[in-house]
Amino acid sequence: MRRILSALLLLLVMAASTAAQSSIVILSTTTSTQDSGLLDVLVPMFEKKAGMTVKTISVGTGQALALAARGEADVTLAHAPAVEKKYVEEGKMQNRRLVMYNDFVIIGPEDDPAKIRGLPRAVDALKRIAASEARFVSRGDKSGTHTLELGLWKQAGVEPKGAWYIESGQGMGQTLGIANDRRAYTITDRGTWLAFQKRINLPILVEKDRPLLNIYSVMEVNPANGPRVNGAGGKAFAKFMVSPEVQAVIKTFGVDKYGQPLFVPIAGKKDEDF
Amino acid sequence: MGLIAEGVLEAFRLLLVGDPEVWRITLLSLQISISATLLSLVVGIPAGTALALTRFPGRGLLVSLVNTGMGLPPVVVGLFVTILLWRNGVLGALELLYTPSAMVLAQLVIAAPIVTGLTLAAVQQIPERFRLQILALGASRLQMTWVLVKEARLPMLAALMAGFGGVISEVGASMMVGGNIKGDTRVLTTATVLETGKGNFDIAIALSVILLAITFLVNWALTSIQQRRRV
Repeated sequence: MRRILSALLLLLVMAASTAAQSSIVILSTTTSTQDSGLLDVLVPMFEKKAGMTVKTISVGTGQALALAARGEADVTLAHAPAVEKKYVEEGKMQNRRLVMYNDFVIIGPEDDPAKIRGLPRAVDALKRIAASEARFVSRGDKSGTHTLELGLWKQAGVEPKGAWYIESGQGMGQTLGIANDRRAYTITDRGTWLAFQKRINLPILVEKDRPLLNIYSVMEVNPANGPRVNGAGGKAFAKFMVSPEVQAVIKTFGVDKYGQPLFVPIAGKKDEDF
Repeated sequence: MGLIAEGVLEAFRLLLVGDPEVWRITLLSLQISISATLLSLVVGIPAGTALALTRFPGRGLLVSLVNTGMGLPPVVVGLFVTILLWRNGVLGALELLYTPSAMVLAQLVIAAPIVTGLTLAAVQQIPERFRLQILALGASRLQMTWVLVKEARLPMLAALMAGFGGVISEVGASMMVGGNIKGDTRVLTTATVLETGKGNFDIAIALSVILLAITFLVNWALTSIQQRRRV
């Protein structure tokens, strides 16, 4: 009985200790940012500097923005410019600023059945994949990567469906695993692909096309979205992300592990610059 | 196969070297799931005993609901608890979402029906004659209930093990209500999902091995109590 009572007490203490922290900032972001490990470096830097606690919720971009729009987060770091701009226009998010970019690559089996290797344009590669009905794995989860992929299909004038088009509904890592297993094509961010080098055998076939740029921006959540939005905390974190100090960290992040940086810092630039 | 062996070695290395992050994740998993299981006993044992010993209209429906609840999908629990705890939700003012307390709450919802259902079965399997005998010996209703609960304590240990096993291993609810926040709400199961997503399969396997090991140790301890008393 005493143990049960102490467990109850523990629960109450836990509840009380969290309610007492008013300086919590909820950051909704995408799984790829979390998986890269960048936030594990940046978040402690911010917490130390600002004296606030950051709760990083990494979900698909669709969910990250939807949570923010409901006032369930204070600041969002995402990589789906078209969707982000829609939220900014609707007034749900504000003060959108570019932070950094990395790029997407189209990868596929070594024997390249759709003959896309070296094509300069991603759209042409997708057209060939569809025409030859070579297997393609899509994230299918409304993530930033999925949004970009759908945009490319639209440009290619192809409606992807059929047995060759596989929707994984999972994160980038799992999707790479499925693509590798099925000897299929897929679109991935370069960082995740680098991280999976040991496990998958799908080379880069198409890269460095402008539509494959993966631009991350930070947005503050409009405090009007909900009663408990920490507007000041969100603002502080957004400002931190575009500060010279953080931009310098981004510039070299990943070099020690992969021999090349995972992101290019671009604070202060505009969408039109790309 | 080589990968699994690597993972097992990695598990030993992480524990022996005393990787603070792994230890914290492991302790938090235990802390949350043990709290949730103990709380589920507080709810489940009285509820199960009451259901076993009473007859009222709608009881059959209630028992069916409890039995269905024993298989409650953790993601469904996670979704509803999340919506409840949202800042805009009914309990938003408590600011519990993305905290260990929220995870305890979600796991309590998962474990309570399991403990209730198995307690119900344990108390009900005591023969009717036994109950009548206790009453005939002049026991009050409360005293009789106490004797029955004591009589059913060994099967109830099975309820405890099932409840604990259900919550220590679940990932859906913990991920949703906890948010898998490093150093705060990251537990063994959610860390395993994360490391798999990152492609760190050796660490993911190591975490799985630790999870299996502590689940085994807890069940072994409980089983030895259960079997010793039986003799």
